[in-house]
This record gives sequence, structure tokens and C-alpha cells, in this order.
Amino acid sequence: MALAYPFSAIVGQDEMKRALLIASVDQDVGGVLVFGDRGTGKSTAIRALAALMPKMAVVSGCPYNCDPEGPRPGLCAQCRPGEHHGAEKSRQEPMPVVDLPLGATEDRVIGALDLERALRDGEKAFEPGLLARAHRGFLYIDEVNLLEDHIVDALLDVAASGENVVEREGLSIRHPARFVLVGSGNPEEGELRPQLLDRFGLSVEVTTPQEIKARVEIVRLRDEFERDRSAFIKRFQRKEGKVRRQIQAARAHLESVDLPDAIVETAASLCMTLGTDGLRGELTLIRAARALAALEGAEAVTPQHLRTVAPSVLRHRLRRDPLDEAGSGARVGRAIEEVFDA
Amino acid sequence: MNGGAASTAHADPALAALWRDSLRAAALLAVDPPGLGGVALRAFPGPVREAWLEEWRALVGAAPVRRVPLHITESRLLGGLDLAATLRAGLPVTERGLLADCDGGFAILAMAERASRSTVAHLATALDRGELTLAREGIHGEVAARIALVALDEGQDDSEVLSPVLRDRLAFHLDLTPLSIRDLDEPPFDSADIEEARALLGAVTVSDEAVRALVATAMALGVGGVRACQFALAAARAAAALAGREAVDERDLDLAARLVLSPRATQIPAPPEEPPEPEEAPPEEPEQDDDQGGEDDDPPEPPDLDQPLEDRVLDAAAAAIPEALLASLEANAIQRSRGGAGGRSGVQQRSKLRGRPMGTFPGDPRQGARLSLIDTLRAAAPWQPLRRAGQAASGGGEGPGVIVQKDDFRVTRFRERTESTIIFVVDASGSAALHRLAEAKGAVELLLNDCYVRRDQVALIAFRGEGAEMLLPPTRSLVRAKRNLSALPGGGGTPLAGAIDAAASLAEHIQRRGGTPSVVFLTDARANITREGKAGRQQAFEEALAAATQLRVLDVRSMVIDTSPRPHPNAEALARSLAGRYLPLPHADAQSLRDTVEAVGV
Repeated sequence: MALAYPFSAIVGQDEMKRALLIASVDQDVGGVLVFGDRGTGKSTAIRALAALMPKMAVVSGCPYNCDPEGPRPGLCAQCRPGEHHGAEKSRQEPMPVVDLPLGATEDRVIGALDLERALRDGEKAFEPGLLARAHRGFLYIDEVNLLEDHIVDALLDVAASGENVVEREGLSIRHPARFVLVGSGNPEEGELRPQLLDRFGLSVEVTTPQEIKARVEIVRLRDEFERDRSAFIKRFQRKEGKVRRQIQAARAHLESVDLPDAIVETAASLCMTLGTDGLRGELTLIRAARALAALEGAEAVTPQHLRTVAPSVLRHRLRRDPLDEAGSGARVGRAIEEVFDA
Repeated sequence: MNGGAASTAHADPALAALWRDSLRAAALLAVDPPGLGGVALRAFPGPVREAWLEEWRALVGAAPVRRVPLHITESRLLGGLDLAATLRAGLPVTERGLLADCDGGFAILAMAERASRSTVAHLATALDRGELTLAREGIHGEVAARIALVALDEGQDDSEVLSPVLRDRLAFHLDLTPLSIRDLDEPPFDSADIEEARALLGAVTVSDEAVRALVATAMALGVGGVRACQFALAAARAAAALAGREAVDERDLDLAARLVLSPRATQIPAPPEEPPEPEEAPPEEPEQDDDQGGEDDDPPEPPDLDQPLEDRVLDAAAAAIPEALLASLEANAIQRSRGGAGGRSGVQQRSKLRGRPMGTFPGDPRQGARLSLIDTLRAAAPWQPLRRAGQAASGGGEGPGVIVQKDDFRVTRFRERTESTIIFVVDASGSAALHRLAEAKGAVELLLNDCYVRRDQVALIAFRGEGAEMLLPPTRSLVRAKRNLSALPGGGGTPLAGAIDAAASLAEHIQRRGGTPSVVFLTDARANITREGKAGRQQAFEEALAAATQLRVLDVRSMVIDTSPRPHPNAEALARSLAGRYLPLPHADAQSLRDTVEAVGV
């Protein structure tokens, strides 16, 4: 794999970076969607995330990245019957950030009969697909709006249930597949199906910075990176380490962050003001605010945390009015002012 | 080095400069292919394009150059199973894709303006990352594909242009269409120059002011995105290396701005140094100096010390802005709205060979369907021991590695989706205005809402006075449609025939591009203006019916919404001639009209 551009060398794009960090602290926030113009560093940021992820314990020899400490029902068929739960051999693995490339075929995504073994030994074996590799990590789909429909359907199903059920070619397999879905795309090239939109916990819109200074810096850094990748990465090693430690600390701290009742009420009234459907918006709002508080090392969630994450959480949950020129970002902004400044 | 170039005394200096700049771009690309991504070359197939390619090829040297044909399959492009080898060996054997073969060199994409979306996406990924992640046909892994791309754009007009996804990733956008063989000149570089420049490239330095100048120029020209600035920087550095300099100076910046930034301009910086002369030349006239700005670099102009660097660079870039800028901007906008994902409501066709794959099914590949190799092998695999045993029992000797039988065959089924476009033809004549133009507008607005839900495109034609006018070419921007509609004034005659003609020609255009048009007329059908713009009720209506028959021949779904105060036989007759639905606009609100339209299902 070619060396990736460091996360901490990305200039600006604070909302996108924040959303990605929140999703890596609390995976249950449920996915990040990054929409924006071409050349705004969407893919760069997401691919950079892989280098920041702390290692995780994995049951040795398990093709599905099972957690040796995890609750038994969440394990794969191989690990579940193990008598010495918690004492299996485990190894440290980097958290997977799996790329779902455009043009991926269904068999590679959900898994299929292992052709080589079938032809050679006449054995019926399952060859896990991308969903298995992404378990407990990230699944990144670039150009998510161009993905073929039948793959999207398969993904949605698995993302909702956390389990991949394969019934094909005489195989009958189920294995856990819980992952953070990260999608990016350019709205000009096609809109995203509304069903898919709803599956993302956070959505951010990125644009090119409009100040000359920021742009000069971007061009400069990028140029430096292209000319000597390893030296550039070395230069940012310490900053990268800082972000990595921040994520780790936030994960450890997440459960102990205090959530005052007033915050829950504010979140509820914000969602009511905007008329979002269902409870998913409120839950995500609270989770994201808590993850942000953990990232900042705060003891409790404050209204400011809620306010910071609200646009990313709610933007894509509004009923869209196609004839509204301002877009949903502005409506969220108005509602935030209404609720917080009342 | 080159045979096609013939230098003549009476060549147009602007065109000669354009040719020189094109060759410079070729040289810069040869110096730093990964940094520059490639070139979008708009030119018709012919001696000029051949000459450019020949020059470029000579400069590139030993790097691999592969042609990507228009209808390349995904498995050939990316790599996949090798059918013959797999069957022989009895084990999956993969073959390398074309992009992997191009690693470290160039891919030439022929007829780039028609490349399928998946080809475009894979090329863009390779350009971005220098490698491909494969997850198909049983293969999983990363393949190096550090390529630069020469995209040959043979678009006839502005409705056929290279996908913006690719365009954005190519440093140079050259347009050779104005050139003829007489304008060609001897190349200023040879491959030895390129070799030297490549060796020097790593040592070339760029000052902060130079970067700033390029960024500021890009912003003044309305060039969005950071990629263009990166390309300009790489171009300036390559230019310096080519000139044997160790630091980028303003000549290099001028060239970079001219070659990389100017063709991307979306606005003309104010004040323009030389206001472009208005030119209404017909397209066949080779006089269109599309890429002006070609003063030669030598002798170098003395740098003007009073003028800040960025202004200087901006001037150089502004002088090179093509005159047809506005027209091309509009074309871009149209292209953009056209490039969207397949609409939900277009005619869905089950296709054997084209469209998005829907999965695989048992079938016979000899009937024209595409064989899904991997699924066929998967189907055959479990039976191999049995079949081998059977073969041995029946006395057959050593057969092929894999025994595939007829019922193992799996074919891929595709679904082709064509985008549907609804053309609204709105009668804004006096008679309609008197009656219910406002109501008709409300109805169209509600229908637009439906179009959003179904991801249709819409187009808007209004007619009144002496003719029909296209208010909005096909777009998915409903906001624009709404705005144009509400600004529509009423009054004047009813040139119905002209309106139907306009709708028919638009519908035909959409069909040619593979879309599915439908037409909704909102009119009282009281035609009183003939095609020639003269008054005359009888003749005007007869012409309208004749035009309607013409539209019917195109096999376009259509509907007439009668906006007269009470149902009028004219409108009904029109609907009959169109073989379309007839709907009197009821005395009711727009909402109930929408319900009716939905029920009919245009």
C-alpha cells in the first residue's frame, strides 16, 4: 500500500476531521458521510485515518477479527463454542480500514465459495469477503453515490443487523460484521439514495477553503508530500502520535463522561424544532456530543458540545425540500440558534 | 523527427502559438507524468492530432504506452480470471489488467467523451492513488498503476465533452480543433532535453511567492479546488527543469498559468487586460483563437518590478482565456446536470450486455449474454470430483483440469436505466394568461416536486407572441426551473406549432443521447400564429396538428393539460394527434391537478 498522507497535515476541514474522530471514538455513532467538491481532500482524510487507529486484540486464526473479550453472541461460529472464553490465543492487529472499490463484485463484498479449494480439493469452504475484513473497523466507500444498487442493498442489510448472512452456492454461513460505514462522494455526480443517507450517523459537507493563505499552505504541504513521502510522514510523526493518543484517551474516558438531563432535553427540543423523523437523530446527537466531550477530555457534556456536533448530525435527516434554495444546512443553523439562544 | 510538420510563411501567428503551446504541454507531461496526471486533448482524428501524438510519443521515451479502447470491459481494465488458463490448470489463474500494464507509463483513452462511467471511475482512482484496490472475480489485492492519461476527446459539440471527473485530474486541457496541418511547426524539444529535465526536476525549488502567485491567480480566475494549483505548480517546476533552471521564475509561472489555469477559468478577472473581441465566427472557421496568449518565451520579457508577481501571472493567464468561455461554461453546466446517476423513473430495460449488473443467473452465453466466469466456475467446482470419476469410469482419458457442463453456465444480467426528462411546454399567450397561467404555474411547480422524488430531469419551453423559447435546457436543478417559471410573463399570440416543433427537436435530442423524454403541454390549444409568424387561426391550428403528428412519430409519451376555462375541442384534438393523454384542467387547486397527473403517470 502506498504511503498515505498524514491526518494531522490536513489543513482546515475541521468539521470533517471532527466527524471522523468522533466516529473512531464511538463506533456506535454510526458512520460518516462526506460530500463535497472534487479535490477537497475527502479521500485523503479517510485513508489517513487508518494510520491513527489503535491496535485491537483479535482471536488468533479467526478470519472475522473476533474480539477475545467480546460477549459470546457477537462472535463468529468458530470462536463461539470455545470453552476457554477470554483465554484464547489472541494477537494485536491494526484496526481495519477496508476500501470498497468501485466495481467490486458482490461475491467479493459478502464472501463466496472458495474457488481454489473447491477446484483443487473438491472442498466446500467459505472465502470471507470485504464485510468480514471490515468487522470492528471501518468500511470506506469512495463515490458511494455511484455504487451499484444490488451492492448497496447488501450493505444496508448487513450494516443494520451487524451480521452477514450468506446463502449461496450451497453455503450457509453467518458471521458478525459490525463496521463504521464511511462514504464520500460528489453530489454533482449523482444523488445518494435516501435510504442510504439515513444510515449515516454524521454527514459533513466539504468545500475548498476560500482564503489564499490556507490554499497556499495546502498546495505547499501536498507538494512536499509528493516529492518525498517518507520524509514528510516522519515530519508529522509527533503530531500523528498526539492525535492517536487523543483517540485512545477518549475511548477509555467515554463511559465516564457525565450526561446532564438538561442536555438530553435540549437535544430533544432541537430535533422537534426541525421535525426529524424518529429517535435516531436524538440518540446520535447525544452520542456524538459525548464522544466530542471525551475527545476534549471534558468531565461532562456541555451545550457547546451539542451545538458543535448538531449540524453534522442533523443536516441529512431533514425532509428535503427540493425547491428550497438555501439547503438544509441553513435550516439546521436557524434551529440551533432558536433552541440555544432562546 | 517529425514528418507531418510543414512550416509555411503565411501561417496564422495565433494558431502557430497554439501549436507551440500544445507541444510545450507535451514536453512538460513527458518530464513529470505522475505530477501532471495527463492531458485532455480535444481534437478530431486527423493529421493534427496524429502529429501531436507522434511528437509526444517521441518525447516520452521508453515508458509503456497502452491504448484503452472505448468499450473495454472492467475485467480487462482491472484484471480478472484468465478463462483459458483457468480451465486448463484447474486452478484460478489471473491475468493482469491493462491499467497495471501501464504502470509507470501512459494510458491513451480513445473517444474519451464517451467512456463509460466505470471506466472513468477506475482511471480516476488510478490517477489519484497510483494503485488499484481489486476485489473482484476472486482476486483481492493492490496493484500498482502509476499512470498518466492522454484522453482523446472527439466530441462534436458541447453536448459531448469529457467527464469532469477525469478532466479535473488532468493538468492540461488542449483544444487542437482550430488547427490545420499548415499551422504545425518543428518541435522545440527532443527526447534528450526531456532526459536532462527529468534529471534536474527533483532539484528545482519554488519560492513561497511563486506558490502564492499561482494560488492567487487560480482564485482570480474562479478555479475551484486545490488540484489545479498543484498541477500548475508541477507544470511550473517541469518548465523550469526543461529550461535548465534550478528555481522556478516568472516565465515558468506564466506558462503554467497559461496552460493549466486558463482553460479552467470560470470567470474573467476584472479588469481584463485585453478585452476579447466579440467574434461570431461559424464553427468551421479555423480563426477561433481558442487558446490565444501565445507569445513566445524568447526573448523573455523583462520582469516588471513594479508589478507584483501574482498580477503578472494573472495577466498572462487572462490573455490566454478562450473567447468562447461563456459558452463553454454553459456547456459545463449542462454536462454536469447530465452526468448524474441513472434516474429512478427512466425506462428500465433488461439488457444482456449493457448497464449495471443485477447479479448472475443460470443461462446460455451463446445467446448473446455475457458469461460470468467466476460464477460459472463456482457452479462447476463442487461437482469436479464426481465428474472426474464419471469421466474415468466412462473410459475418457485425461480431460481438461476443470469439467464444465452446460448447466453450470452463469450469465450476468444487466439493467440499463435511461434517464427520463420531462419537457414542460407552457402556453404563456394572452388567452392562456387571461385564464389560468398562474394556476398552470402552480401545477408545474407541484410536478417539479415529483420530478425531484423520481430524480427526473426537467426542461422548460414557453411559447407566446411569435415563437417558442427554451427557458431551461434539461437540468436537474429544480430551483432554476422554479425561478425561470415564476419569472415567465404572459401575453401575445399562440404559436402552438412552433412550440410543438421545439419540443420535438428537444425530445429527439434527448433520445439520441439515450434518455427518455416525455412532453407535458399546458395550453388551451387556441393556436393563432403560424410557423411563419403570421396570424391565422385556421392555418395555425392545422400546422399544430401536423406538428403533433411529427412528435408522435418519435414515440414520445405526451399529455395535454387543457388550460381553457372549460374543456375545449381544440386541446382534445391536439391530444389525439399526439396520441397522448388529454386532461382538462379542472376548476380546482393545483394539488388536485397533480393528483390527476400522478394517476395518469406521465
